[in-house]
Amino acid sequence: MKVCVTALGPKEDSEVDPRFGRCQFFVFFNLHTREVEAVANPNIESSGGAGIQSAQMVASKGAAVVLTGHVGPNAFKTLSAAGVTIFTGTAGTVKDAVDAYEAGKLARAVAPDSASKSGMGK
Amino acid sequence: MIIAVASGKGGTGKTTVAVNLALVLGAVDFLDCDVEEPNAHLFLKPCIQAEIPVTVPVPEFDKQKCTGCGKCAEVCAYHAIAVIPSPGKKPQPLIFPHLCHACGACSLLCPVGAIREDQRNIGVIEKGFRGDIRFIHGKMNVGEVLSPLIIRRVKGLIDPNAVTIIDAPPGTSCPVVAAIKGVDFCVLVTEPTPFGLHDLTLAVDLVRQLKIPFGVVINRAGLGNDAAEDYCRTECIAVLAKIPFDRAIAVRYSEGETLIDKVPGMTDVFNGLYKNICQVKNEADRCS
Repeated sequence: MKVCVTALGPKEDSEVDPRFGRCQFFVFFNLHTREVEAVANPNIESSGGAGIQSAQMVASKGAAVVLTGHVGPNAFKTLSAAGVTIFTGTAGTVKDAVDAYEAGKLARAVAPDSASKSGMGK
Repeated sequence: MIIAVASGKGGTGKTTVAVNLALVLGAVDFLDCDVEEPNAHLFLKPCIQAEIPVTVPVPEFDKQKCTGCGKCAEVCAYHAIAVIPSPGKKPQPLIFPHLCHACGACSLLCPVGAIREDQRNIGVIEKGFRGDIRFIHGKMNVGEVLSPLIIRRVKGLIDPNAVTIIDAPPGTSCPVVAAIKGVDFCVLVTEPTPFGLHDLTLAVDLVRQLKIPFGVVINRAGLGNDAAEDYCRTECIAVLAKIPFDRAIAVRYSEGETLIDKVPGMTDVFNGLYKNICQVKNEADRCS
């Protein structure tokens, strides 16, 4: 199963980026093979719809789970429709986030927890 | 003649200038194009006689016909459509109506004709009268973003034979361009403050690019400094009128009242404004 962590850098020890749609990198972590694949987010500069585009990309990469800080309404709607489970409030490094997820320490997001456009200008 | 009243900075007195200019002229058409927060009606108090709903096309999917190819999401410049993988099924389209700019690209380019256009209500245009003034304004629904579209619909009601005064939105972005594009003259209202001057220079850049003859009204004259007037002199921009920084004016405004016939000297100020508008417009016409 593939887990996607939003991160400030492309590595396992990169810090978690609290934004979803406009995070720096999506780090995909395969829980079975322990393989890591990082994708630079092409939607950072998007004038609108970054959350939707990012969600579409994450879903098409086959991630079943997203670990991030916050998620906005459009991204939440898109990820939910794609059957991707979202965990917010994640912090530390990518590795910390994956460990916390595997240990069952993260709380599943049942609703968006930030407003549209709140990831802009940071 | 169509005269638009605009400004870079908000709160400089666009509505005060537009409303009182309309009152001093009498039988004119008044269009409040600040559709995000129209307020001219608070002062003109028109009797509204008709309402026209403003709708925009929004894509609707025929889920049977849709193959999930993703062309619609790919061509949508505003990311209003996502096509997402759905385990065990074909990819599913997801539409975000509030991001849609109603450009029609998705329905035009769908290879299987699975998209038809539904209509979505985004606001209303209200028409009425205040004495001899024909009043029209647009009101956009809360949460909507397509103000330029509503503004263009409001301007579609312009009577080419009438003198029309447009109260434009603040700023220099798309809604302002929509409001002032194609007008015969633009009045830029500023105030003698650093912020007022800064945003005036942006507004001047805009009207120059749009090649609209224009002049400046300095509101709250006597407040702040002379920088706005110095700028106009340096740039050879006509100062069409000055409205003094006067408590009586502020009191009238706060009560939702107009200035003509109520605050001494205001009828002269606004008559002078119109005279100067005509003069600067004529000079511009001669030069072009």
